Amino acid sequence: MMSELGFPLLSLLTFLPLAGGLVIILLRGDEAQVASAARWTALWTSLIVFALSLILWVKFDQTSSGFQFVEYIPWLTQYDTGYRMGVDGISVLFVLLSTALTPICVLASWEAIKTRVREYMLAFLVLETMMVGMFCALDFIVFYMFFEGVLLPMFLIIGIWGGPRRVYATIKFFLFTLLGSVLMLLALLAVWHYAGTTDITKLLRTNFPVAMQTWLFLAFLASFAVKVPMWPVHTWLPDAHVEAPTAGSVILAGVLLKMGAYGFLRFSIPMLPEASQAFAPFMFALGVIAVIYTSYVALAQEDMKKLIAYSSVAHMGVVMIGMFTFNVQGTEGALFQMLSHGVVSGALFLCVGVVYDRIHSRDIARYGGLAERMPAYATLFMLFTLASVGLPGTSGFVGEFLVIVGAMQVNFWVSILGALGMILGAAYMLYLYRRVIFGKLTKPDLKSILDLSPRELATFVPLAVLTLWMGVYPASFTHFFDASVNAMVSNHTAALANHSTYAQATEIGTLH
Amino acid sequence: MNWEIALPELVLTCCGMAVLIIGVLMKKQSSAMICSMLVLGAFLVTAILVLAAAQNSGYNGLFTLDPLAVFVKILILAAASLVVILSLEYNEHRGFARFEFPVLILLSVVGMMVMASATNMMTTYLGVELSSLPIYVLAAFARDDVRSSEAGLKYFVLGALASGLLLYGMSLVYGFSGSLDFGSLRTAFTGEASAPIGSVVGVVFIVAGLAFKVSAAPFHMWTPDVYEGAPTPVTSLMATAPKVAALAVFLRILTSPFGHLMLQWQQLIVLLSIVSMVWGALAAIGQWNIKRLMAYSSIGHMGYALIGLATGTEAGVRGVLVYLASYIFTAAGTFACIVAMRRKGRAVEKISDLKGLGRNDPMLALMLAFFMFSMAGVPPFSGFIGKVYIFLAAVQSGMWALAVIGVVTSVVSAFYYLWVLKQVYFDPAEGEFDPRPPSVSFVAGLGGLITLAFFLFAAPVVNAADAAAKALFG
Repeated sequence: MMSELGFPLLSLLTFLPLAGGLVIILLRGDEAQVASAARWTALWTSLIVFALSLILWVKFDQTSSGFQFVEYIPWLTQYDTGYRMGVDGISVLFVLLSTALTPICVLASWEAIKTRVREYMLAFLVLETMMVGMFCALDFIVFYMFFEGVLLPMFLIIGIWGGPRRVYATIKFFLFTLLGSVLMLLALLAVWHYAGTTDITKLLRTNFPVAMQTWLFLAFLASFAVKVPMWPVHTWLPDAHVEAPTAGSVILAGVLLKMGAYGFLRFSIPMLPEASQAFAPFMFALGVIAVIYTSYVALAQEDMKKLIAYSSVAHMGVVMIGMFTFNVQGTEGALFQMLSHGVVSGALFLCVGVVYDRIHSRDIARYGGLAERMPAYATLFMLFTLASVGLPGTSGFVGEFLVIVGAMQVNFWVSILGALGMILGAAYMLYLYRRVIFGKLTKPDLKSILDLSPRELATFVPLAVLTLWMGVYPASFTHFFDASVNAMVSNHTAALANHSTYAQATEIGTLH
Repeated sequence: MNWEIALPELVLTCCGMAVLIIGVLMKKQSSAMICSMLVLGAFLVTAILVLAAAQNSGYNGLFTLDPLAVFVKILILAAASLVVILSLEYNEHRGFARFEFPVLILLSVVGMMVMASATNMMTTYLGVELSSLPIYVLAAFARDDVRSSEAGLKYFVLGALASGLLLYGMSLVYGFSGSLDFGSLRTAFTGEASAPIGSVVGVVFIVAGLAFKVSAAPFHMWTPDVYEGAPTPVTSLMATAPKVAALAVFLRILTSPFGHLMLQWQQLIVLLSIVSMVWGALAAIGQWNIKRLMAYSSIGHMGYALIGLATGTEAGVRGVLVYLASYIFTAAGTFACIVAMRRKGRAVEKISDLKGLGRNDPMLALMLAFFMFSMAGVPPFSGFIGKVYIFLAAVQSGMWALAVIGVVTSVVSAFYYLWVLKQVYFDPAEGEFDPRPPSVSFVAGLGGLITLAFFLFAAPVVNAADAAAKALFG
């Protein structure tokens, strides 16, 4: 079955990077030639994919809450498992985020990666396939394959091109995520067995018994909480971020962390409404702990990447709070915060990458007074810092504000404690900014440091534009998911109402 | 009397004899190569015959050709063919390129095919012995190598013990129920409130004997030493084809004659499965020899396969078959990579010898990465599809403990697969391996392709496995 466009757009978006990867494998020549050709192939492939993904932006029907651009190829028909692809309001922007960040990552690695360039670019294209495929998958098995498949290129990217402790970091990352995922696999199999299908659209309409929902929720939690990552299973993230090459960190923060939250939105909340409702206080507690605890941890960091990594955990805590409010503001806030965090934290890691490429150190104490030599850099860094803090007018504000408004309707204290994250965020981010950018330029090797090159500027400008656009006119993004979120929230309320009337009915039944 | 159902075996045996004569009559230099080619041809013809033959049972209930037998035989032939290909250059290199090698593999394959089709204890036992004896010889084929001789001897002694256990179990069953025929045994065990205790003891012995053959813990003691000492292609054979055959016997014997004794044998299989998975995962972590690592890995894999058997359901049988289909190509490919580990003409076997393979030979490293990820059960590789169907069976039967232990041990074992990849990709390069021979490239490439693309043609494999499972429960 083809999508309404007449050609399978989502499959094209998913597998075109693999085709680019194939070209890279087939490149011949001496090492320098291959490296240069691999860079250009990866850049053009990812740019073409991004251009194609803009069709989604234009053609996506914002009034519909259903899945669009749906494709279907039979696979294991006997068990109603097939290759199903489609996007709705919740996933469409993440597809765009993935396709937009990939060319930026390729550009950011242009000079930073000097060894095994061919393999590096190949890994990034495979990674793009897995990310896009995961957000487009409409079949649970297919989703799982992409979800886990992301691990493979990321494992290699951190392990081969990472810092000194890369082996520890990448194996920890892999095993943490794998352990969560295999538990989800069992839940997936239970769902498959119960519903007789792995079609997500059908699963979303299946009512699971409440007892089963609890177990399913816990299994999903095991997988998604590690990916988000939620406190206390976040410990792989700082290690992975610190050791990963810059572009790896960008993808990790920009897209991979969203996969866990996306999983909650796609599966846990709509499929398991009663269990989600029951676990909401627990999730709030974890979210609040993540916000406050990791903010304090971030405040104490001496390593720039580690600081931003901990800030990611805090921001994702806000996202978790937003999702489990089950109202429109909270959910939209969570979605918006995810997108904004994808752009902003990605940009912040790029900022660290810029100075790391020059000085080869991430120690905050190594820097100071960069504003004197690098005005353009200081300006952009300021923009992203403020966006991360949540200054009105930047993308960070909209998401956090919506989440706090949403949480206020559910629980006053959750909302207040979640908002505390914004204040703490301001503390650690501005502290970081002051120590790196302001002050006297005393270190001798900083005196000759160069400002952004045109290539670096090209990586930052799209992100800066997005940050401001999302902050000034958020409606052009929220319109994408308004319909889907409204439908989701009303389904959730209806499911809970059904459940309580059903429970009442059975109670009355037993009384008689 | 339907003699044609055994036509593949008959043809293969005749081919074996013919190849033996040809080998004797030919000049020594080229005989090994030509005989190997002839054996490969014989395998191909046999595979076609297996697929073409009418499915039926015959020989007074001694032998059957059902979808299960067909499925398993095709896997055995495929695995054995890869071993023959892998041995072509290896034996030449080690200086024992003799024509008896492929013939012994062929004879062993005949035994395995008989095992797959046997519907009588006697046929089963003959098949087990016929498949084992040539492998004892093959394990000691590098007769000037102490470790190979040791492997052969060790495998022989422990294998003989296992055969003894198996035979003893069969005789107990025969003594207490008066039959060796699977069909009449099944009727004998129906309806009664409890089977005679002697038969149950017999079943336990049979399970123990077969557990030896599939190297399930705690009957795995021989595996690491024999795997390490035997010539690598022989190790590759031991890790694949005989396991498939022994599991086929396991499936048939436990579900068909002893199907009604499930309560008795189920706990046993659950225990074997858990111990194998746990021991396979934990004991492998400390290994530094890659062949020993693969030995423990195969113990773990048999643990997963036994989950399917432990459920005792149609879905479980299907899971085992899909798992085996995915496993043999991955394992064969891994052993091809091990054959390629050779510096200045000498084979090296330490895991740390793989350092820098990602730089020196990117294609082989990529294949090895596929195999390791597949064995760890990471999608989209074949091992993932196999595990999905195994765990699906466990979930459907509500055996949650087994499923959870299974997935957790798979994460533990992922550690040592990643550790191999760490050497391959993350560590600085050491000396390059010698240029890999075409036979290795072929087996590794084919294995890698199948491992990677298994999910594309998973549907026909799953359907065939489903048909086999349905036929078994008929």
